[in-house]
Amino acid sequence: MLHFSDLQGSLPGLWEGMKVTLQMLIMAVLGGMILGTLLALARLSHNKVLAALGGAYVTYFRSIPLLMVISWFYFAVPLIIGWVTGTNRPIGAFTSCLVAFTMFEAAYYAEIVRAGIQAISRGQMNAAYALGMTYGQTMRLVVLPQAFRKMTPLLLQQSIILFQDTSLVYAVGVLDFFNVAYSKGNITGELQQYILLAGAVYFVISFSASRLVKHLQKRMTV
Amino acid sequence: MFKLVPAALALAALCSMSLAHAEELTGTLKKVKESGEIVVGVRDSSIPFAYYDNQQKPVGYAMDLAAKIVDNVKKTLNMPNLNVRYNLVTSQTRIPLVTNGTVDFECGSTTNNVERQKQVAFSVGMFEIGTRILVSKKSGIKDFSDLAGKNVVTTAGTTSERLLKAMNVDKKMNMNIISAKDHGESFLMLESGRAVAFMMDDALLAGEMAKAKSPSDWTIVGKPQSYEIYGCSMRREDPQFKKVVDDALKATYKSGEVNKMYTKWFQQPIPPKGLNLNFPMSDELKQLIANPTDKSAEQM
Amino acid sequence: MHYHWDWGVFFKPTGVGSEIYLNWFVSGLMMTLGVALSAWVIALVLGTVLGVMRSLPGKIASRIAGAYVDLFRNVPLLVQLFVWYYVIPDWLPDNLSNWLKQDISPVTNAFITVTVCLGLFTAARVCEQVRTGIQALPKGQSNAGLALGLPLAQVYRHVLLPQAFRIIIPPLTSEFLNIIKNSSVASLVALPELLAQTKQLVDFTANQFEAYTVGTLIYFAVNMLLMFFMRWVEKRLRVPGLIALGGK
Repeated sequence: MLHFSDLQGSLPGLWEGMKVTLQMLIMAVLGGMILGTLLALARLSHNKVLAALGGAYVTYFRSIPLLMVISWFYFAVPLIIGWVTGTNRPIGAFTSCLVAFTMFEAAYYAEIVRAGIQAISRGQMNAAYALGMTYGQTMRLVVLPQAFRKMTPLLLQQSIILFQDTSLVYAVGVLDFFNVAYSKGNITGELQQYILLAGAVYFVISFSASRLVKHLQKRMTV
Repeated sequence: MFKLVPAALALAALCSMSLAHAEELTGTLKKVKESGEIVVGVRDSSIPFAYYDNQQKPVGYAMDLAAKIVDNVKKTLNMPNLNVRYNLVTSQTRIPLVTNGTVDFECGSTTNNVERQKQVAFSVGMFEIGTRILVSKKSGIKDFSDLAGKNVVTTAGTTSERLLKAMNVDKKMNMNIISAKDHGESFLMLESGRAVAFMMDDALLAGEMAKAKSPSDWTIVGKPQSYEIYGCSMRREDPQFKKVVDDALKATYKSGEVNKMYTKWFQQPIPPKGLNLNFPMSDELKQLIANPTDKSAEQM
Repeated sequence: MHYHWDWGVFFKPTGVGSEIYLNWFVSGLMMTLGVALSAWVIALVLGTVLGVMRSLPGKIASRIAGAYVDLFRNVPLLVQLFVWYYVIPDWLPDNLSNWLKQDISPVTNAFITVTVCLGLFTAARVCEQVRTGIQALPKGQSNAGLALGLPLAQVYRHVLLPQAFRIIIPPLTSEFLNIIKNSSVASLVALPELLAQTKQLVDFTANQFEAYTVGTLIYFAVNMLLMFFMRWVEKRLRVPGLIALGGK
């Protein structure tokens, strides 16, 4: 069943694909966490408008399929850009997927960060205020460092899900690991083998990563 | 005197227009000049027109022609170091991606037809095919009429899909038409027995056949349901860029270089499996190369 | 840029019978809901069985369920779908394989494949929720049941599961909404669900912006409606004295 006529020849391409996958993952995780933290702060803010906007953003992105978000960014956004700026500057499949992942995942990271912040006792914030700290200082120096420590495992778990979800870029033709595997299988007429190979690679990576996270979780329990 | 003013204005306008035409870049060329980059839409599995080789480089007959086009763009803009980026497209995404500006032009296996001309512009033709069916030699299927009541696969978003759907209704053939995502998937449907026939452009069928576990089990049959001309697609109403594209292709035809390209991809072993498609040049294609046109086959 | 904005495109005839393009969205949505509901039945049944297995005292049952969860949670859904679609049918006995490939229509084939794939994928998640729900109950409950002389099966059926399910309604709701969203991958194996119909609309009309935007809004609206409905259900079924312990 798992006979490859020329796996050796496909390896460079598969490796290129894996690099694209990892690049996408790392950039989207960083971007998503930053945007997610800002969204969480907005949702917890005393400013009602800001809180409502943050809430609407999170609800919106949690209600639509990631595949739809990716497609919308790839096909519809260039038209908005063209309409506004009057040019035809392409943003490219990679960038448009990256933006889609960042904005989509931010909604999920935001909920994790929000829960993390809410878990920090109110007394700590009051104590910080009593010491004369501003809101920004309280968040930066007191609340967020503890919150992040508590929610690291959850953030990592979400990032593992994102690692798997990056395979959806197949739909818009980014040559990530899965799409390269698919296209190699397609050209050599060995699609089944390459699909199973891709599945095995994703499994090994995600499985080891989630085991590591579990281990970390045990060690980090405060 | 008063009458002269509008006339003078009109003359001035005329002059500036022709000046603009001679000097100022517009549309795609302007964009390419400003961004220092041209984006070429490529297919990943349209053997032997455009697909990826083991080095993950797009190769094929259409890619060789695309390279000629890029060369001419470099020459026209005087930008020898112009950056070339490849962007993967599928038969469903190629037209939206050209119109929304993600790719500047696409060369693969795109049929030039009147309907698509409303959305994109086409270069002069670069290939001509007939739409036929690929079947197993054992199936005994000889023509389209043998397909009644059977599962037939074709690739979504292609002309064959529309022809097949129309034939099904017009001749009450009661076929189950499967629209697969790309040619590779279509062929897999055929090879795995989900369908008994695969309708597509004959040259592409030859390419798919070459991927089979045993290519000699398969054969291309049936009276062509249409003849179609492939062209490179680009944004409409961009005469400056279209001229650069067309000139590049015409020069390649005129110098005879196109024959070498044809032999290389259709009559010699090609990657990745080193198979020879044995697909000699048709009279229709010879005709097209001798008299290049950007009309579709139905307009001829 | 030569893009022709046309928000009226959805009311134009498709050229097939008397349909307008809006009909494609409607039929796509029906297909999405059909696949999601069928898969949900599989996910709930299998997920419950697996969840119970994980909470059992015996090691073997728990390990089997654990391995299932690991496998189905660590392979991307898209890859799982392609395995079900391209690989598994060839492993089936010939007559079943031929039935799947030839006797039934391609849409039915895709429907079955996607339903099984989504059902088994979501079962792994439901399993974890059920386990959490059971473990959230005080240990005394099962002990009390056993002390009353109930066999273990009846303790689960009459004591543990009814309570566990009421506790985990919120996470289960979000899993159901996930199934609806996840079913969009079916567009990649030619099942005419909502996203596939949106793509086809783009293919026919070239109005990509309008089509993708309206498609997105339909998903959004359906999700919101279901969410409000489930909130209402949750309130009515809440176990007095127990707050939602099974959260994500």
